[in-house]
Amino acid sequence: MNGRRSEALLVLHDGAVFEGEWCGARPDDGVATGEIVFNTTLTGYQEVVTDPSYAGQVIAFTYPHIGNYGVTPDDDESAQPFCSGVIVRDLPRRHSNWRAELDFERFLERHGVPGVVGVDTRRLTRHLRDQGALPGAFGPLDEPGAEERIRAAAAEARPTDGIDLVARVTAASPYTVGDPDAPYSVVAYDFGIKRSILRRLEAAGCRVEVVPASTPVDEILGRHPDGVFLSNGPGDPAAVEGAQERVAALVGEVPIFGICLGQQILGLSLGARTYKLPFGHHGGNHPVEEVATGKVEITSQNHNYVVDPETLPAGAEVTHVNLNDGACEGFRLPEASLIAVQHHPEAGPGPHDATHMFEEFTALMERRR
Amino acid sequence: MSPRRNDIESILLIGSGPIVIGQACEFDYSGTQACKVLREEGYRVILVNSNPATIMTDPEFADATYVEPLNVDTVRRVIEKERPDPLLPTLGGQTSLNLAIGLAEGGILDEFGVEMIGASLDAIRTAEDRSRFKAAMQEIGLEVPGSGFAYTVDEALEVAAEIGYPVIIRPSHILGGGGTGIAADADEMREVAWNGLKASPISEILVEQSIAGWKEFELEVMRDHADNCVIVCSIENFDAMGVHTGDSITVAPAQTLSDVEYQRMRDSAFACIRRIGVDTGGSNIQFAVNPADGQQVVIEMNPRVSRSSALASKATGFPIAKIAAKLAVGYTLDEIPNDITKKTPASFEPTIDYVVTKIPRWAFEKFPEARGVLGTQMQSVGEVMAIGRTFLESFQKACRSLETGRAGLNADPVEAVYDEFSDDELVRRVAVPTPERPFQIEAALRRGIPVERIHEVSGIDPWFLDQLARLGEERALLTQIGLDGMARSDWRRAKRLGFSDAQLAWLWGVDGERVRSARLAADVVTTYKTVDTCAAEFEARTPYHYSTYEDEDEVAPVERPVVMILGAGPNRIGQGIEFDYCCVHAAFALSEAGYETVMVNCNPETVSTDYDTSDRLFFEPLTVEDVLNIADALEPHGVIVSLGGQTPLKLAQALDTAGVPIAGTSPASIDLAEDREQFNALCARLGIAQPPGGTATSVEGALKVAAEVGYPVLVRPSYVLGGRAMSIVYDDDGLTSAMEELGLTGSLGREGGLSAERPALIDRFLEDAVEVDVDAVRDRSGEVLIGGVMEHIEEAGVHSGDSACVIPPPTLPAEAVAAIEDSTRRLAEALDVVGLLNVQYAVKDGEVFIIEANPRASRTVPFVSKATGVPLAKVAARVMLGETLAALRDEGVVVPAKQGHVSVKEAVLPFNRFPEVDTLLGPEMRSTGEVMGIDRSFGMAFAKSQAAAGNGLPETGTIFLSLADRDKRAGVVAARRFADLGFSLAATRGTADALEQEGIPVDTVVAKVGEETGVDAVDLIASGKVDLVVNTPRGRGPRADGAHIRQAAGRYGVPAVTTVAAALAAAAGATEMRDRQPAVRSLQEYHQGDQLRLGV
Ligand SMILES: Nc1ncnc2c1ncn2[C@@H]1O[C@H](COP(=O)(O)OP(=O)(O)O)[C@@H](O)[C@H]1O
Ligand SMILES: Nc1ncnc2c1ncn2[C@@H]1O[C@H](COP(=O)(O)OP(=O)(O)O)[C@@H](O)[C@H]1O
Ligand SMILES: [Mg+2]
Ligand SMILES: [Mg+2]
Repeated sequence: MNGRRSEALLVLHDGAVFEGEWCGARPDDGVATGEIVFNTTLTGYQEVVTDPSYAGQVIAFTYPHIGNYGVTPDDDESAQPFCSGVIVRDLPRRHSNWRAELDFERFLERHGVPGVVGVDTRRLTRHLRDQGALPGAFGPLDEPGAEERIRAAAAEARPTDGIDLVARVTAASPYTVGDPDAPYSVVAYDFGIKRSILRRLEAAGCRVEVVPASTPVDEILGRHPDGVFLSNGPGDPAAVEGAQERVAALVGEVPIFGICLGQQILGLSLGARTYKLPFGHHGGNHPVEEVATGKVEITSQNHNYVVDPETLPAGAEVTHVNLNDGACEGFRLPEASLIAVQHHPEAGPGPHDATHMFEEFTALMERRR
Repeated sequence: MSPRRNDIESILLIGSGPIVIGQACEFDYSGTQACKVLREEGYRVILVNSNPATIMTDPEFADATYVEPLNVDTVRRVIEKERPDPLLPTLGGQTSLNLAIGLAEGGILDEFGVEMIGASLDAIRTAEDRSRFKAAMQEIGLEVPGSGFAYTVDEALEVAAEIGYPVIIRPSHILGGGGTGIAADADEMREVAWNGLKASPISEILVEQSIAGWKEFELEVMRDHADNCVIVCSIENFDAMGVHTGDSITVAPAQTLSDVEYQRMRDSAFACIRRIGVDTGGSNIQFAVNPADGQQVVIEMNPRVSRSSALASKATGFPIAKIAAKLAVGYTLDEIPNDITKKTPASFEPTIDYVVTKIPRWAFEKFPEARGVLGTQMQSVGEVMAIGRTFLESFQKACRSLETGRAGLNADPVEAVYDEFSDDELVRRVAVPTPERPFQIEAALRRGIPVERIHEVSGIDPWFLDQLARLGEERALLTQIGLDGMARSDWRRAKRLGFSDAQLAWLWGVDGERVRSARLAADVVTTYKTVDTCAAEFEARTPYHYSTYEDEDEVAPVERPVVMILGAGPNRIGQGIEFDYCCVHAAFALSEAGYETVMVNCNPETVSTDYDTSDRLFFEPLTVEDVLNIADALEPHGVIVSLGGQTPLKLAQALDTAGVPIAGTSPASIDLAEDREQFNALCARLGIAQPPGGTATSVEGALKVAAEVGYPVLVRPSYVLGGRAMSIVYDDDGLTSAMEELGLTGSLGREGGLSAERPALIDRFLEDAVEVDVDAVRDRSGEVLIGGVMEHIEEAGVHSGDSACVIPPPTLPAEAVAAIEDSTRRLAEALDVVGLLNVQYAVKDGEVFIIEANPRASRTVPFVSKATGVPLAKVAARVMLGETLAALRDEGVVVPAKQGHVSVKEAVLPFNRFPEVDTLLGPEMRSTGEVMGIDRSFGMAFAKSQAAAGNGLPETGTIFLSLADRDKRAGVVAARRFADLGFSLAATRGTADALEQEGIPVDTVVAKVGEETGVDAVDLIASGKVDLVVNTPRGRGPRADGAHIRQAAGRYGVPAVTTVAAALAAAAGATEMRDRQPAVRSLQEYHQGDQLRLGV
């Protein structure tokens, strides 16, 4: 079905080399680059690949067989993948699932996502775990000089720090989802919003007006929302042009709920600091403690940056803590009616343990009416 | 402040009893973990388990260990004596759960104020009772297949008519699918419903729409008292619904569920465990998924740790039983550290970066009358698990782990059998689930039969099938490339698909050694990865490894001298938990003695494959290639091959040749004992009598030997365990057909057939001889320790593994025992044994004959250790590495044997699973497990052993006797005892005459089976009027009738014995039972020998 693949090389910025074979789309100049991160989820490759938060990154899946159940448009988290590539151990030749409409590799090709298959992804994971997330380059070896070009590109490749990736993924113009008569009207800043979030908001009784990341504050308030939602999104929160200032102007005016990058931007707008984790959290099995109840939720996560809880303003409370490494996974500022989580309560992919966060948001809006 | 419950001091644990089909040593694994954890937490642990071959019943694992029958009366006595605070019933399988229900419903828990922890009575009932379970699931909105309940066959027919055929019958409170079955029409329904009603302890069956062909999944769930829930592992069955999960090939993690579907299943699992109300611990929840539209239905939930949870623990590194025990005493998941990372908590969901395949192992070759078709009742006796980075790698590793003579999924000589079939015939066979099916499928795919067609007839998901199809394509490529053309990338590709060197050698027609050296020359070396619960996200502290072919190897440098212990592979009849027991002891003893211990095994049910047992665990097939690869990586100081049964022993020669140091008895000595000619010469030199005999590779040769030694003779192949294919023959015809069976045409052809190196052994069969087993240890200085001399209850001719045996010998004269001990010592010396030696003897008319000697651990080592308090396996392990018995005595490891009690080991046979099979015992071993009865007298110890084996002796009622002529004289003695005890007697005509001649009144004389007039034996047994059947066919005697009688006993659950010796023992037991109630005493008490505390 696939014919023989051409050999391929992945080279990390630090010079580490991984052998494999080429898969997916072929970049025009034969080399692709990006920040390499590993994701430990067993299911949900389609959601991961179509999550705009991976813009600028190359996803290495730790589970060896990726593509088993094909892809279906129903599981897309956005209109197209924004990631820069995928690294996998094995792509099954044939998928099997009643929902599947397309093969995963055809999907990658169709959307121009390049990849390497056959890689010792466990070695890659251990390397990234020890060295931290690293940029790198990869490409097929079937043309003369390919290896040198890949190595050179790897040496030059830069991490995502300081780059405004949101500009690449945010909606060009506003759009609305949900029942016009829904009990709550919400404006969502689209930093790279996932469709699962929109579905959850809708299910919780919200009509959501999704607006581009650059939308001015007065336009937001002019829509008279019951609440503002700050979406997930890619990259460095501090690099998102104007976002923290705009959010700062909203604080206190309206209930706010932030997820992932949304939490980080909210934190920054409150004067807190964010920092980059060594290799981030990317997976579907992270234990998070809800501080108020002591309950543990297994959460879906996908972030490299976190809010430093020490730097949150007085009155803010840490509501969620990652039990693996103590990272701040959520906070609130009751006086300003704002809540935020670092993990992904909308799942997509991942466990549903934290979906009640959307009800918390509606409760917050209810109280402020 | 520790969250541990301080209001309790002592905890009662109930084990799962003997190994039976559906309940194997996985419960020793879970129970042992629980004992360890609870004692670490400072609780007093009281354990009841009738199975002496378990690690958990070693006296050091509990504070009070009761090796007693697992029934309500006995456990009540233990409770009365020990007054435990709570009972933890969820770690001892279905046995423990059912017993807990009995204790609760009998008011015993209330009477003694014993709380139930882990799961409440209500939760257990809701989960186990199919009607309540169904209602509960519907209440929370989960779908279940359409069904109704029935309590009689007529009701069942009505319900089935309503639902529409086919239907499945599922009895309540069963294990291993006992009594389940699919009926296609009303005729089949009568039989299936009847069996189901009989199997359910509460005579309740669920008649359910059959959804055979849907996909089957399992989730392993844990919950703590704060209601935190996690999924430890998802498992997808390769075989579709309709094949019991225990008999299915299963794969972890689930492969063909999208995240959307998986999360829905996860939500359902949590809803289920919450509704059922399992407060703390692990549960197993089974689902079926319609492949056409994704509809999910719940099949069942087991509110306890299970076979699958053992598999899930081994598959992920998350120790479910250990954590369940902690949760039961008050911890929450987030308060327990993850053992493997040490830094992260147990409140997470393991994620893995490899694929795990489990393949069951069956024993149909032992039960030729059984159909050998897989269905909703579990029939396998063991399983293997293999880990690979891809499905195919793990699948092929699992195939070669099975030790069924296969080098992987085909690409070996055996695959030739599929060539005979036409395409249609092959497809027809693939439609029927059997142990052969995966191999047939691969052959079919390789011929180009499309995946769709195979999917249609088998229900196996196309994803799995297409994966298997890759093998054929790779084979074609490899053949084309040829050994000499193999580039490094070709080697890597082939090895990553799981091809063994043996398969490649066969493909290329070269020997394995050439493949190995060519591969190593191409620098394609095995790499070892780590099972770490987290796909390498965190550093692993636990060296639990599997092999694969990747870039990076994770084995840490060794620090101390390494000893590799080769395990016993999958459980099978003849080689089970006893050997694992020995390996585990070796690991404990040698780690303690300062070695770095490395366990190699592929059986997920065992304690040996707990990463806590040894310093390093390699979860690997036990083949020469796989073991040599590990030896290359670790350069061991010694490899132990003599504790894991025949499996590692078979590797000794090849390892030795490759220069791997074998610890203990040399491979040459091992060979000497196995080689018939050499061994005969040795016995002759030592003046130890053997039954006359000879060897033959042809029918003519065999007839010649028989003419010399005289009939009856015993015929068997060399190099087998468990009396495989052994038969007693009485004339030339019998001998001729036995020889044909052993040749290439017979069922044993697969295992090698006959050759000059593997001749058939033909011996004079010693009739009515007493069989004796001896276990001994010899050290390098020449000292021999006699561990135990066991007298068998059944006469020689009943395989030692199937007969009951007793320590100390109850009837053997002292001179015979002395002669046996003396011969054993001299043999040990002559074989230059360093380690364990097991010798079997037959004593006929006072004369001692040797039957065989095995310079390795035997099945009886754990029983002897429990009976005497001497840790034989530990001693042997130390001795094998060069220490002396004298030094170990000084250290307190070797202690004097404990006396003052009698221990009886009884075998447990799987006949209830194979109703077609004759229960008559013979030289081919068929038992799956064993129990032990221990008391101060033989009669009581025997009675306990029978009760423990589920063959409880009656105290009153009718004994039915039907004896072969030769047994009639001895049978009279037994009959008289029963009559004196007040039993009434029933007998077949001839037996009745013999008894009446001796003046013993017979109350009922039955007709021959099938005779037109009068009640025959089967009718009598069926009518429920018989309490014990004594039936002893011998030789060419009344076989046919006897078979009907024994089958009837099995079918109607009447205890039966098939030898006079056992009848006599039963009479002794019954006598004691009449005179006094059995008392319970712990092993610790017996071993202390403290007469006052025995309280007699
Ligand atoms: N409705 C059904 N239709 C077809 N097969 C079924 C159905 N229910 C159960 N089975 C099959 O029977 C097997 C045994 O049933 P189960 O209830 O799990 O018994 P056990 O309690 O012994 O595990 C299952 O593993 C499954 O393959
Ligand atoms: N010559 C013999 N006479 C009577 N019974 C025998 C004789 N040889 C073997 N047996 C019986 O056959 C059983 C199995 O034989 P054994 O050599 O021990 O096989 P295995 O190696 O499978 O244990 C023995 O336990 C014994 O009961
Ligand atoms: Mg089941
Ligand atoms: Mg034997």
